[in-house]
Amino acid sequence: MDVKLIYLDNAATSHPKPESVIRAMVAFMHEAGGNPGRSGHRLSIEAGRVVFEAREKVAELFGLQDSSRVVFGLNATEAINLGLKGILRPGDHVITSSMEHNSVMRPLRALEREGIEVTVVPCSREGFLDPEEIRRAIRTHTRMVVLNHASNVVGTLLPLSEVGEICRKNGILLFGDAAQTAGVFPINMERDKIDLLAFTGHKGLFGPQGTGGLVIGDRVNEKSMEPLKRGGTGSRSEFEEQPDFLPDLCESGTPNAVGLAGLRAGLDFIRGVGLEEIRGHEKRLTRQLIQSLLEIPGTLVYGPQDAEKQCATVSFNLQGWEPSELSFRLDEEFGILTRVGLHCAPSAHRTIGTFPGGTVRVSMSYLNTEEEVNQAIQAVRNLARKGS
Amino acid sequence: MVQGVILFPSIHFAIKAEKLAKEKGLAVKLIPVPRHFGSDCGVCLRFPWKEKDEVQSLLEAGGVKMDSVHPLPDK
Repeated sequence: MDVKLIYLDNAATSHPKPESVIRAMVAFMHEAGGNPGRSGHRLSIEAGRVVFEAREKVAELFGLQDSSRVVFGLNATEAINLGLKGILRPGDHVITSSMEHNSVMRPLRALEREGIEVTVVPCSREGFLDPEEIRRAIRTHTRMVVLNHASNVVGTLLPLSEVGEICRKNGILLFGDAAQTAGVFPINMERDKIDLLAFTGHKGLFGPQGTGGLVIGDRVNEKSMEPLKRGGTGSRSEFEEQPDFLPDLCESGTPNAVGLAGLRAGLDFIRGVGLEEIRGHEKRLTRQLIQSLLEIPGTLVYGPQDAEKQCATVSFNLQGWEPSELSFRLDEEFGILTRVGLHCAPSAHRTIGTFPGGTVRVSMSYLNTEEEVNQAIQAVRNLARKGS
Repeated sequence: MVQGVILFPSIHFAIKAEKLAKEKGLAVKLIPVPRHFGSDCGVCLRFPWKEKDEVQSLLEAGGVKMDSVHPLPDK
């Protein structure tokens, strides 16, 4: 099929990537292929520099002074597991929202069985969270609030900084999941009062899959954190105990240095374009998509239906159509790639009223164009006219 | 010229130290940790010993965690 593909699944992973990201990874494989921090030779040191610079750029993006508190890992899921399991102890209480992804829900349900109390605060059908609900859920033993910054299902933005204010006043940690917003929305951990921030490299940061991490604010005492794994760090090799300092405490084994070379280039790309420009473009595409979908008879658009209150992710259904059939036909007949189903977030779908049927999700990146969005809308219109 | 080395808890700080020192035009280099200073498999920062105070205060100001500072034996 010689249809030009239109990729609208950027909430799963961004595609395409900037050429500079691909070039940086190829260059790493050619020129800097040592194991970072393991040996004293020049290729090891060069690889170490790549990892160091990626760390510095992440710290800068999130307004963190000390880049050693950026811990790299596979993805946001790993980072969320580290932040939850590494800090929460039996007897602690943790609050989350009903809009969370399973990357938060599943570790919390497992922790519940170990004696950690979990409260899930309900959100509105549009996915909105009232910060007052968080305040009301606080108990004497509440240790942490964990929230996504924007829903991966309907894009709804949650009021992280308002919740941060509440958390600070009550001596509680705020753990933010920026999987859907890093690289698009400004996040400053100091200003927004976020103590832990999970990010992934392969979405808005335009890096490759297999990169991500946890940013650990200075209100978190790393000495009492439990790492997910222990092993070689290239440091303190004479001891059989894990180092107690960051980032080594939480980074055992050879890192994904080639991936971090790509992530570094992705962060440079974002910085070059600027968050304001990226968010502005995505907002225009989101507005265009929502307005046009609403004009098609029979469409149900979920979430805020307001580009100001959401990221560039829109979920919808078409009356009389199974979401899976609609997504499949969009792909087969028009080369338009969307994601169908529950998007690993059953609680969010229950909240918006689409469980267990699911939705068709369209998610855009800075590299999508208005023309592509137009073609996608045209395709939905054609299918709506034809019927399933 | 007598040289010294600074050992760091982690490669992260070694590379940060190198970056800060080079920005100041200091003649530093990352080298493998000499065996008699520790058994780490990592690197340390070699620097001209006469610049010891300047290097140390520069790194402290930059938030670099250091383990120890040693003069290198003259060869």
